[in-house]
Amino acid sequence: MTLEFKQHTLANGLQIIAEINPAGYTAAFGFFVRTGARDERPEELGLSHFLEHMVFKGTSRRTAADVNRELDELGGQANAYTSEEQTVYYTTVLPKYQDRAIDLLCDIMRPALRDDDFQTERQVILEEIAKYDDQPPFGAFERSMETYFAGHPLGGRVLGTPESIGQMTSTAMRGYFDRRYDPKNMLLSVAGCVDFDEVVRQVESLAGDWPTVESAAMTPATTTDEQTKIDLKVPDSSQTYVIRVGAAPSIANDDRFAMRMLVSMMGEEGGSRLFWDLIDTGRADVATMWTQEFQDAGLLFTYLSCAPEDVDANLKLVDGAIEVFVKNGPTDDEIEQAKNRMCAGLILSSERPSNRMFSIGNAWQLRGVYETLDHQLQRYRSVSDSDLRRVLAEFPMHYRTEVRTVSKSPAT
Amino acid sequence: MPYETTLHHTFDNGLVLLGDKMPWLRSAAFAFMLPAGCRFESPDRLGLAGFVNEMIQRGAGNHSSRDLVAIQDNLGLDRSSSISTAHGSFGGSMPAESLPDALTLYADMVMRPHLPGDQIEDARLMCLQELQAAEDDLPQTMMNRLKQMHYGDVLGRNSLGDEAGLMAIDAADIRSFYQRRYQPCGAMLSVAGNFDWDVVRSHVETLFADWKPGDPISEEPVVGTAGYEHIEHPSQQTHLGIAFPAVRYGDPDYYPMRAAIGVLSDGMSSRLFTRVREERGLCYTISAGCHSMREGGGVFCYAGTTAERAQETLDVTLQELQGIADGIEESELERLKVRIQSSLIMEQESSASRASAIVSDWYLLGRVQSRDELQKKIDALTTADLVDYWKRNPPKDLRIVTVGPEPLKVP
Repeated sequence: MTLEFKQHTLANGLQIIAEINPAGYTAAFGFFVRTGARDERPEELGLSHFLEHMVFKGTSRRTAADVNRELDELGGQANAYTSEEQTVYYTTVLPKYQDRAIDLLCDIMRPALRDDDFQTERQVILEEIAKYDDQPPFGAFERSMETYFAGHPLGGRVLGTPESIGQMTSTAMRGYFDRRYDPKNMLLSVAGCVDFDEVVRQVESLAGDWPTVESAAMTPATTTDEQTKIDLKVPDSSQTYVIRVGAAPSIANDDRFAMRMLVSMMGEEGGSRLFWDLIDTGRADVATMWTQEFQDAGLLFTYLSCAPEDVDANLKLVDGAIEVFVKNGPTDDEIEQAKNRMCAGLILSSERPSNRMFSIGNAWQLRGVYETLDHQLQRYRSVSDSDLRRVLAEFPMHYRTEVRTVSKSPAT
Repeated sequence: MPYETTLHHTFDNGLVLLGDKMPWLRSAAFAFMLPAGCRFESPDRLGLAGFVNEMIQRGAGNHSSRDLVAIQDNLGLDRSSSISTAHGSFGGSMPAESLPDALTLYADMVMRPHLPGDQIEDARLMCLQELQAAEDDLPQTMMNRLKQMHYGDVLGRNSLGDEAGLMAIDAADIRSFYQRRYQPCGAMLSVAGNFDWDVVRSHVETLFADWKPGDPISEEPVVGTAGYEHIEHPSQQTHLGIAFPAVRYGDPDYYPMRAAIGVLSDGMSSRLFTRVREERGLCYTISAGCHSMREGGGVFCYAGTTAERAQETLDVTLQELQGIADGIEESELERLKVRIQSSLIMEQESSASRASAIVSDWYLLGRVQSRDELQKKIDALTTADLVDYWKRNPPKDLRIVTVGPEPLKVP
């Protein structure tokens, strides 16, 4: 399989990157906008995500119905998501639809933001918030982030609240759009069977005149040093959910590969230390760990779900397992197993161009590098025993924030 | 585009082996379905199928349960296990070179499990945990009840079982269910991806040659009932489910029915998404899909919507269900055809999805339909076929279930 990497930047700053696989069955395209909850002002809570919805509601050339219809006519999988630092719009299509996919994606990046559509879509967002409110751990996750980041917008609720969405105006959205959807802040990532020169020609003609503005610098992440524990009432839930948040390497820190491996050994769902202690023994329904990496901060999540009466005993087991792990470090067998598991996962997922599109898009947007699959595999393969011990000493799996739901059956 | 015919071999003991070669991939995947689903449980041992499936993974052959996981990880195996009405299943995808060793490991699990007595209590607790956690999943709670109304008490069973059943299960129940149900007669193993058929077939033959067949499986009738039920819950949203009878996969009418459901629910320009979510903003999630068992089929719809807008959501959804009989535009069907063609081509990027597709075909049709054959059937559909099906089989005998603060008015 011969892959070729190509890159082009428009005069207004919009970047295009591609990993071309002439033998691929599909072509994947994604616009990565470097904007999300952390770029919102306090009165804009939930605006990035609301705008993501509005991007599908039509342009000067297309109605909302046209956008949905044309996406379906291309036969692909199209969607979008918003996180704390990113909003991404993507589609995967057969190669014969390349030019139509590019035309549509570029067009919706300049949405009309019509007031009627804004009012209807507000209701959909409120429904989305209500949907997540019915999933008990969700509110606890939001609360844990808010507390950990101590008022910094990186801990802000991506969906917003019923109040913030209820008060949102289309004028505020236009202001945010002009500020954040600046071509300097945007990347088109492409993977699979594509004609790159044609992509560049088409994007030059469609996006070459997008205006740029002076954008504000990112406010560095802040966190609180003190440990905070919160009880969150979720009276109609059956299980108790505990979310703990601590520090991990950021996306800019190469130690993140070692940390991901450590977290996998400790909290992977299928066969880690927490699995054997808590899941295999039937003590908990979920006991797992994972990292989340931001530009200038990294988080370690620990998540426990179990019967209310077992929470304290289970948390003791979690604490005990972490203490032993930090003190003695991982065994050679664990390290080899984690490497094999993680590398195979990367190989399997890279078979689809859509996954490669996300992988190269994120690496380029956040770190300005092109990463081949082999390079990624090498990153994990080259982590040494001493790297793992050093990183574990630096990030000893402590937590600063704990949110625990309080459910209908009090502990007896 | 030429499609290779699916490879097939039935061994003397009844085990069916299926293969689909995808030499352009670096991976291979398998799907192993055993006739050990929850429909074979006795009513006072609900949850037994899942319990046994869990016990099988707690040591087999020369391996402890920790060994099994270590070997799977080192083979790079992305694995799964599940229980459906008819089957207990295992699946895995992996770098292609790991496939023979992975099959060897699963042969140990299926034929030589330890079923360790000292781990029964741990496994029981694990099953109880899953059952209790599912209570917090309201759409699932709704769908479990809807499936039960639609297919009846046996075929509509929740594979997680119930507390009484899980508490009653003992070592003898586990051993007896295992001996009767983990057997080659009615078992199917499929392999897809980059592999050599002759090598895999002779390897599987060696692995499973001593496996003795048991009794063949009898069919079970669908005994669903129409009606409305409300499960009260102080939730933000009302979770709304509608089901009605439809032809099963394999019926000559299946594709017209499936395409009509596609007009309702496949894609962002489909009718339910457009008219319920996009035009009225009534909900975030709405969908309709069809489900098939060997004994029958059905259409299942779901919408999650805040309590005060639930009645309107139900009314509009029912109106759209009936509205298919009033006509379908050519462009609606055309979009659907493009989507299906794309998804068939995209399936060639995934060995795992191909492995599960062929084994499911075999179970429901008794053969594997080639992508070419499927493509031809889809291409031949006309809007008149869809409308005609809907007129002959209008949504009726509705089963409706809601979970939320207030019941709704149903017609």
